[in-house]
Amino acid sequence: MSCKPMKKDESVSLAQHRRTFFTQAAAGVSLMALAPGVRLVELAMANSEDSLPSNDKRWGLLVDTAKCESGCDECVSACNSEHGLSGHGRPETDAQWIRKVDLKDEQTGHELSIPILCQHCEDPPCVDVCPTGASFRRADGIVLVDKHTCIGCRYCMMACPFQARSFIHEDLTGQKTHSPRGKGTVESCTLCVHRIDEDQEPACVEACREAGHDALVFGDLEDAAGPLASLSSKTATRELRPDLKLNTGVRYTSF
Amino acid sequence: MRVKVINLDRTSIASLITLSLIFLLITGAAVADVVTPEVPMGRGAQCVEPIEIMRRDHFEFIKHQRDQTVYHGIRGSKHSLAGCIDCHASKGTEGEFLPINAEGQFCQTCHTYAAVKIDCFTCHATVPD
Repeated sequence: MSCKPMKKDESVSLAQHRRTFFTQAAAGVSLMALAPGVRLVELAMANSEDSLPSNDKRWGLLVDTAKCESGCDECVSACNSEHGLSGHGRPETDAQWIRKVDLKDEQTGHELSIPILCQHCEDPPCVDVCPTGASFRRADGIVLVDKHTCIGCRYCMMACPFQARSFIHEDLTGQKTHSPRGKGTVESCTLCVHRIDEDQEPACVEACREAGHDALVFGDLEDAAGPLASLSSKTATRELRPDLKLNTGVRYTSF
Repeated sequence: MRVKVINLDRTSIASLITLSLIFLLITGAAVADVVTPEVPMGRGAQCVEPIEIMRRDHFEFIKHQRDQTVYHGIRGSKHSLAGCIDCHASKGTEGEFLPINAEGQFCQTCHTYAAVKIDCFTCHATVPD
């Protein structure tokens, strides 16, 4: 076996070849990079950086229990029609994102009627226990289920101290475009995230105002000048199950 | 070792060539006769991407889009599933929209042909709002 020594002019031409190759390859790479770049620009134009959810905001809800009327379920029916929740006449298992709960202090006889829904915790137990990462908390504080990755194990339903989540047991048809729901997944109040993304308030808040009660105040807990934060700073508000230290986004006042 | 030599005279070579030509003709005709699905396009005339790209990559587009929507709240952008349905849903005899995953409709026709199950419509709306 022999190894042919390389002549000087040969090595030069090889180096030139190499240089040309790398130049051309670099040009190719930059072209390839340009194509996804174009797509990124399109995305950025479709939704500016400012409109992406960020933790500068934390969406929340304040329930004024003094204004919430017993027997009124405007918020519940608004929620049902907004998200297309229809039952099968089986209250044990039918989807329910808000429920009205009547409470009575047996010592004093004081009665209270309050809506209970997903409390949009800062440290949500449902997110802690989810084995697939389907339960998550969006940057702006809304706790959601990514139904693409939900396997329907229902650990989150067991973990939730408020029983705020429902499981869909049966095939569904006629879902709303903005609220996809389907068999084998868990769901709960989304705080009407599709409306929030379009600068509207949740359907329940709107319905409560239209019914003349105005018991629900929606807003950004981080925005000191906003309706929710300014009201919350002036009045005593309570979390449900404060002992769990969940720092809920939904709070209650006047009780 | 004995090797068997096959002697082919002129006639047998000619008949072999003729046979192979006939075979080619038959298979050629068969390729031209492949039945492709007739897809009702709805009102979709101009898609968001060229048709060849959509046929190959539509699921990649909507898979990317779904995370954008669920996690970042980006709605109604170019590759949204709702956009597909808005454009490609056909109307029935009484002007009502037909579910896009019904037999013979835009999504289902191709998916039946390709024997690929669609899971989108377990949850997602099948007609425009």
